[in-house]
Amino acid sequence: MPAALEPMRLALVGVPNCGKTALFNRLTGSRQKVANYAGVTVERKEGSFVGPSRGQRYRLLDLPGAYSLTPTTLDEAITRDCLLGRLAGEAPPERVVCVADATNLRLNLRLVLELRDLGTPLIVALNMSDLARDRGFQLDRGRLEQELGVPVVETVAIRDGGERELLEVLETLPRPPSRPAVEWADPTFEQIQQTQREVRRILSAAGYAEPARRRALRRMDAIVMHPVAGPAILAALLFFVFQAVFSWAAVPMSLVDSGITRLGVALHDALPPGALNSLLVDGVIAGAGSVLVFLPQIMILFFFILLLEDSGYLPRAAYLLDRMMGSVGLSGRAFIPLLSSFACAVPGIMATRTIPNVRDRLATIMIAPLMTCSARLPVYALIIAAFVPSQRVGAFNLQGLVLFALYAAGIVAAMLVAWGLKRTALRATYHPLLLELPEYKWPNMRNLLLGLWERLRIFLQRVGTIILALMIVLWFLSSYPAPPLGAEGPAIQHSFAGMIGRALEHVFAPIGFNWQISLALVPGLAAREVAVGALGTVYSLSSTGDDVAATLVPMIAKSWSLATALSLLAWYVFAPQCLSTLVVVKRETNSWRYPLIMAGYLFALAYLAAFVTFRVASALLA
Amino acid sequence: MSSVTLSSLRKGERGTVQAVRDDPQTLGDETRSTVSRRLLELGFIPGEALEVVAESWPGGDPMAVRLGNTLFALRRREAGSVLVSVEGR
Repeated sequence: MPAALEPMRLALVGVPNCGKTALFNRLTGSRQKVANYAGVTVERKEGSFVGPSRGQRYRLLDLPGAYSLTPTTLDEAITRDCLLGRLAGEAPPERVVCVADATNLRLNLRLVLELRDLGTPLIVALNMSDLARDRGFQLDRGRLEQELGVPVVETVAIRDGGERELLEVLETLPRPPSRPAVEWADPTFEQIQQTQREVRRILSAAGYAEPARRRALRRMDAIVMHPVAGPAILAALLFFVFQAVFSWAAVPMSLVDSGITRLGVALHDALPPGALNSLLVDGVIAGAGSVLVFLPQIMILFFFILLLEDSGYLPRAAYLLDRMMGSVGLSGRAFIPLLSSFACAVPGIMATRTIPNVRDRLATIMIAPLMTCSARLPVYALIIAAFVPSQRVGAFNLQGLVLFALYAAGIVAAMLVAWGLKRTALRATYHPLLLELPEYKWPNMRNLLLGLWERLRIFLQRVGTIILALMIVLWFLSSYPAPPLGAEGPAIQHSFAGMIGRALEHVFAPIGFNWQISLALVPGLAAREVAVGALGTVYSLSSTGDDVAATLVPMIAKSWSLATALSLLAWYVFAPQCLSTLVVVKRETNSWRYPLIMAGYLFALAYLAAFVTFRVASALLA
Repeated sequence: MSSVTLSSLRKGERGTVQAVRDDPQTLGDETRSTVSRRLLELGFIPGEALEVVAESWPGGDPMAVRLGNTLFALRRREAGSVLVSVEGR
């Protein structure tokens, strides 16, 4: 292959909030591959594109945001190690594109100088240069290029063609010769200050002038970060987001649900009856479908999270919550992962990667499953509909209040667990807070959609692999051995799952669960909401999905005591049974220790809560 | 004009950075970079102007400090490492 056609390895580097990911999206579009760096859980994003003039192909690596080559987080360590060629299985880049926010050069330029000193051929992309001009920033680009001694181009990551200048310069530069490994030592404090003085000298030589911050933005911060108004706005915003997650998702959820049901029925009718039919319809489609139903809710929640992130609000929320989270030993940064956990603990746990301290990170991972994820809703909805009358209490509906209380119970429990963990197993010394609060900006739709697409892909991959595999195993357990001829009752009663349910009944009888509930908890291991479908099967109903809930309500209202229902609700606040969560914890912590501890403590708490609830309710209602 | 720590400033007060004191506290325990190093890297160097733009309630912790054109959230404890001169004090 001629040298010119061999893809050139580029790395995109920049401080957090410089618009690096937007530029990456602009350059590579949807030609991206997301994976992990070998041995660590830092996300590795690579994309490719073809140069416009010579057909040169480029492989672009989007390195994690870093303020410095002296790291404070795992992300920053990966960026440094990759640039220095210290990362196993990762060839160092041939050329580095350093993205610098044109509206914040004072903060961005020091990293540029550090990278220049590394000796890797460098291009500086002055990003958001249109915004900088609009806001009245002044800069002589040519002079800056002269002072830095490396090419400086202007980019506008959020506009079509905003990457053109960068591409043109990339194409005109000769391919750099390969170099020996780079030496690097952390600079002394005096050297850092020297570099900072050099930054200021270069900026003043290039005529860099910053306008005063707009009054509107100053006012906005005065309100958003006000000690009283700030938390009130945050609470209102969260309330709105949850409202939207539940009300906007209703229609698409029922569409997904009826689509899956129809597919199941069609397949059921098309295939000859037998084991394969049952495996595909009851195992694969019903199982994976029961999880897919939550896709709309998860997408809506992530839409809001990405929107808040892109606008610059999320770090301010972390600032507002730092004290509250600090009182239980967590960092304000834990807010974002915990918020995601309300959709699903899996992406929430993945989002803990931005927490610099290992113990903080572990504590956040450990409590993430206590945030009421959307998979618990169908269970809550079923029991509340059966046992809580729909009557008004003041301005509120009693059913709504019970649902709210269940959410609140999860949060309170999470705070208590975090408090306990930070005082015992994860006892830690003080952890500083030093967080940049980026300027507000209008969110960019294209980036938002690409971000959503990425989440969607991760979620579908999960449904398609681990959840699907578990569903097949559970289908097998619930279908074999087949009931003997002339046996009474539902077939599941005679299967392995039935035997397990019977055995579990001994364990769960003290907290008021009958064998049907105990049995439903077994398939509920794969995904909590599957318990609803399983209850339907046990109570020998033949419908699926929402219909199950509709016909189950009168059935369980008749056969369970109120104490049992309340006990099951209490159980589900803690509900340890979600294998996907445990698998992700295993992956993120690189050990089985934490998922096992998590399963153990959640089980103990769930049992305790259900036991107390059942005993107290039985005594009071007797 | 006298030299005080940034942690003693209240909302609305402005000052000029004089020095960053050595603070061996590390920022993350996977890496060994300290608070002082990161403060210098972020631009808390002698001569830079700063202003406290927000403080939480109660206790004023954490605080939001504008340094040049960038806003940072930090706690009083970290702010204790930054020496500033304040006019009218």
